[in-house]
Amino acid sequence: MAKRIDISGLTAYYGSHKAIEDISMTVEPRSVTAFIGPSGCGKSTFLRTLNRMHEVTPGGRVEGKVMLDDENLYASGVDPVSVRRTVGMVFQRPNPFPTMSIFENVAAGLKLNGSYKKSELSDVVEKSLKGANLWNEVKDRLNKPGAGLSGGQQQRLCIARAIAVAPDVLLMDEPCSALDPISTLAIEDLIGELKERFTIVIVTHNMQQAARVSDRTAFFNLAGVGQPGKLIEIDETERIFSNPSVQATEDYISGRFG
Amino acid sequence: MSDTTIDTTTPRASTLQQARLPRWAPLGLAVAAVAAGVGIGTAAGMGNPFQMGLIAALLFVVLSYAVTAAVEGGRQAKNQLATSLVWLCFLIAVVPLLSLIWETVNRGKTVLDGYFLSHSMDGVQTILPGGGAYHAILGTLEQVGIATLIAAPIGLLTAIYLVEYGRGRLAKVVTFFVDVMTGIPSIVAGLFILSFWIIILGFGYSGFAGAMALAILMMPIVVRSTEEMLKLVPDELREASLALGVPKWRTILKVVLPTSIGGITTGVMLAVARIAGESAPIVLLVFGSQAINPSPFEGAQSSLPYYIYEQWQLGNEASFDRAWAAALVLIAFVMILNLVARGIARWKAPKTGR
Repeated sequence: MAKRIDISGLTAYYGSHKAIEDISMTVEPRSVTAFIGPSGCGKSTFLRTLNRMHEVTPGGRVEGKVMLDDENLYASGVDPVSVRRTVGMVFQRPNPFPTMSIFENVAAGLKLNGSYKKSELSDVVEKSLKGANLWNEVKDRLNKPGAGLSGGQQQRLCIARAIAVAPDVLLMDEPCSALDPISTLAIEDLIGELKERFTIVIVTHNMQQAARVSDRTAFFNLAGVGQPGKLIEIDETERIFSNPSVQATEDYISGRFG
Repeated sequence: MSDTTIDTTTPRASTLQQARLPRWAPLGLAVAAVAAGVGIGTAAGMGNPFQMGLIAALLFVVLSYAVTAAVEGGRQAKNQLATSLVWLCFLIAVVPLLSLIWETVNRGKTVLDGYFLSHSMDGVQTILPGGGAYHAILGTLEQVGIATLIAAPIGLLTAIYLVEYGRGRLAKVVTFFVDVMTGIPSIVAGLFILSFWIIILGFGYSGFAGAMALAILMMPIVVRSTEEMLKLVPDELREASLALGVPKWRTILKVVLPTSIGGITTGVMLAVARIAGESAPIVLLVFGSQAINPSPFEGAQSSLPYYIYEQWQLGNEASFDRAWAAALVLIAFVMILNLVARGIARWKAPKTGR
């Protein structure tokens, strides 16, 4: 349950292109950490290195250490599949499985891993959907296709799917950027509830969102086009938004960027 | 100042409105063109409907252009010209197809009945009516079935390798050879199996030998179509599954394949339809037979394309009828496969179900 992530000296490549360079930080358990920064600065890449999804991209490789409590995710002999069961992920665009019903979508993680008891399955689905604040909207149509829901509902379905496998950490890659303000609010409220149980890392382009939902905020930047992205600073969200210690952060947050 | 004052008391003629031909005009022109075409053709003593059709088509293109230019102006006339040419090309493409089906149905239905479908040519005097194509239908079903059993799994797995795993040299080589195989003429595939299976390994003529040649022809088609279908599956679905901690092979099996199964089935069915009409490998490898041989692994068989060729060569009225009837059966077989494929594609398509 809710583990601490300790990243040290992490550098990620796409082929020969260095996408992010030498990032070290600590993500606290049972809290929300937000990543902000301009497009292309490597926030999403960095997020994807935290559950070894980065190497799914052809040519993607990583140097450095990511400690989940006391286990290094990149130690030799670590199976990326089991890493991803511990560190769940929600994507930018809602991506429910189109061939599956709402129920099957939520149960997908358990079913596809083959490690479940039939009797527990509907309990887990109900708990996950309640956890994602979707249960009341879909309880009468669990057998309808997941793709028939609205965008905001689909995204909450994806969150339910991610928490159904009981991960320790939940990574969210701009989970609200494709949603309207009301659905965004629903997801933000949900994040506030989920942080009681999970360690949450969220990438966002919306500074207000970072200020609303996160406890700590990390600011990333890149020196120029083609340069690797770097961590500029990470601190309590309140401090980052009121009195950051680096000038670039203040410029970005107050809109004087570039 | 006063000369620029706009007169607001009388509304200006709208610049958005112009003279338009009535909606029935193209249809009317077409009717007129056909009538004129038939008239000119008859007057000139041409009995051929194709010549008359051609005259009518040319008349229609010119006439509709001229009328539109006169009434609506130059730009609309060009639009009309392009529209008529597209329609004309469509008709030219459809006429042979329809006339082929019409001809086959018309000639084939004379002897096509339960007897034809359930009897062979064994002991039938070829000059007399009677006999049937049961042995050929059976042969086609068995050969095509075996070919599909060989080619579909290999083609499917190759496509999965190319899309999901293939990186670097090996994938490029495989893709290249699949491309080369797509262009192999059926007679060459037949010759390959003939030299390899019958001459070198010393097996006899059989439906199975023919099925192997058909499988060679079928494989690249299955690979290509399956590859395209797998590429259509969004990467987001793969990532969603991987991020749940599902291993890659299960992701492919449980997420990627179910999402694309409709398209894959359609591709396989189309490949089956394509090889069902092959006659060259059958002539070389299955040899042809008059009698029913239910075993595809031993002895000569027949097949529908071969049967058609054989009956046509006999050159008498009764055998011509049988050839047409067999052609009709073959077309119906391919058509049923297509309908089944469409049904499966619709049934298995990802549902949005609002």
